Amino acid sequence: MSSEVKMHPYAPAPVIEPGHTPRSVTDKISSVVLTRKTPLGWLVGFGIAFGMTMVLLYTIALLFLRGVGLFGINVPVGWGFDIINFVWWIGIGHAGTLISAILLLFRQEWRTSINRFAEAMTLFAVACAGLYPLMHMGRPWLFYWLLPYPNTMALWPQFRSPLVWDVFAVSTYATVSLLFWFVGLIPDLATLRDRSESRVGRVIYGILSFGWRGAATHWHHYQTAYLLLAGLATPLVVSVHTVVSFDFSVGIVPGWHATIFPPYFVAGAIYSGFAMVMTLAIPLRKFYGLEDFITMRHLGNMAKIMLVTGLVVTYGYVMEVFFGWYSGSKYEEFMIINRMIGPKAWAYWALIICNCTIPQLLWFRAVRRNIPLLFVISIIVNIGMWLERYVIIVISLSRDFLPSSWGDYRGSQYDWSMYIGTIGLFLALLFLFIRVLPMISIFEMRELAHVAAEGHGGHGGSHAPARGHNEADLRGGAS
Amino acid sequence: MKPSLYGLMVEFHEADALMKAIAAAREAGYTQMEAYAPFPLHGLPEALGRKPSKLPYIVLAGGITGALGGYLLQYYTSVISYPMNIGGRPIHSWPAFIPVTFECTILLSAFAAVLGMLALNGLPAPYHPVFNVPRFSAASRDRFFLCIESRDPRFDVEETTRFLEGLGVEEVFEVAP
Repeated sequence: MSSEVKMHPYAPAPVIEPGHTPRSVTDKISSVVLTRKTPLGWLVGFGIAFGMTMVLLYTIALLFLRGVGLFGINVPVGWGFDIINFVWWIGIGHAGTLISAILLLFRQEWRTSINRFAEAMTLFAVACAGLYPLMHMGRPWLFYWLLPYPNTMALWPQFRSPLVWDVFAVSTYATVSLLFWFVGLIPDLATLRDRSESRVGRVIYGILSFGWRGAATHWHHYQTAYLLLAGLATPLVVSVHTVVSFDFSVGIVPGWHATIFPPYFVAGAIYSGFAMVMTLAIPLRKFYGLEDFITMRHLGNMAKIMLVTGLVVTYGYVMEVFFGWYSGSKYEEFMIINRMIGPKAWAYWALIICNCTIPQLLWFRAVRRNIPLLFVISIIVNIGMWLERYVIIVISLSRDFLPSSWGDYRGSQYDWSMYIGTIGLFLALLFLFIRVLPMISIFEMRELAHVAAEGHGGHGGSHAPARGHNEADLRGGAS
Repeated sequence: MKPSLYGLMVEFHEADALMKAIAAAREAGYTQMEAYAPFPLHGLPEALGRKPSKLPYIVLAGGITGALGGYLLQYYTSVISYPMNIGGRPIHSWPAFIPVTFECTILLSAFAAVLGMLALNGLPAPYHPVFNVPRFSAASRDRFFLCIESRDPRFDVEETTRFLEGLGVEEVFEVAP
């Protein structure tokens, strides 16, 4: 903000701190990757995450040897931690696509400095999510039976089953997320190729950048492709969690068979995803000194999105109670009473406190500007969203129609070790990502810095700023 | 005859200077040129007289292929190859086929967008003459470049060099082919 503009004390912070030029953002972001010195904190963090990944490999090895009896699943609860964690991880991934695609289409310029690592987060979360159904199958080496291919048994997948839709939805989601992420990286890989001082770096980044030259023709087709991919990813991300919710709502189990599931699941996915972006962004900006790029504006906006999606899921919980009563079905009615005062009522009330009550603090500006508090709230929301899936899956399955078939469920030590292991895998991949690839989109930040400078210098009228940038946006007036 | 030069290249510090230079070059009758920028510069393709990208048509074709392919796959497997009568429900239960059709549409459209973009840009390109100019590495940082290519009918090493020098640049680089 230049001195001639008097800022209202409550005006939102800028999306990029003033004084940055295309050169300074390029140097700052690429130096994190190109430095020869690996920070000690990185080594320690990666070491811990790597250790946790070894726990995952140990669990999987044991699982292959002994089978799914390792896990706590049994009749009547056949979907335990595996499906809880599958839905949890895939939900986390959704914020990455939302930030990179939907906010691009809505021309929310503040997305620029968080979209790259949010997309990486999506990829790694989907990788963790994908492991669970595979490991849950019992015979993971036969996973390809889910795919339609001509075989000697003359069988085909049952295309009327939501579980087969899920295979298509999740694999499409993983593929499109990877494409979107890689396309976004190409110009930045070219920057790293040109700025790397080691020959190995030049060769590797050179191959990955495909010979990108930044020609006008390149940018021309590139922007069209990027916009089209954003337009394709937007309905995709909504469809993925809708299909995940179909896994439940197409079944007739009490507490699952509800039409509100698709929107309620999509909102919950975005909720947990933003919470995870926040959980990751707060330490990252601090550790790498990126406060200029990931400003209070970003944290405040993410907090607002969390508040909105949190209210949507709260509406979902209220509607579940209403359906329980209004359905007139004694099974639905029992399900909701069992959630509230049954043996696992602690999980239900913990979920309500984590997802509905505590996030109401985000109504207050003072809370949205308090970084430690935001960090704590984001972790609480992550826990709450895990509990939501626990409540939906375990409480409904453990007590369904016939009391004679009721049972209990408890995650075994291997359920926990697999969960800890996937968190480790996720963090390890994230650590590797921030070490070898630019965690903030360099070329988009250059564009932002360029437009911000044009706006300041008073000669901004010479050409219109690209992609809907305008001064009001950059000064924070748009929100 | 093999050209001894790919073209002549100049560097600019400011986007505005590049835009002015493009206008001047087009005024002078040059048609075969390319501009290089560190970020997408609004109005640059239009200034160079580029037509709108054909990519949307490629993506549309990809999407239609995906939709038809996805639906026909399900139709063939569920109706022709292995029909299953479950409680007399219709064999061709089209609403149940929509989710997979949708995912296939998105998948093939996305591949069409990425591969189409790469193909239209001629990427991956293992070699390109512009990288022979050492200063060109700044194009991915904060500098703008304009290259008038030797295939331009008006291209003449001396005359074009004089023209480019007239734009007020520090140096005119010769781009080896």
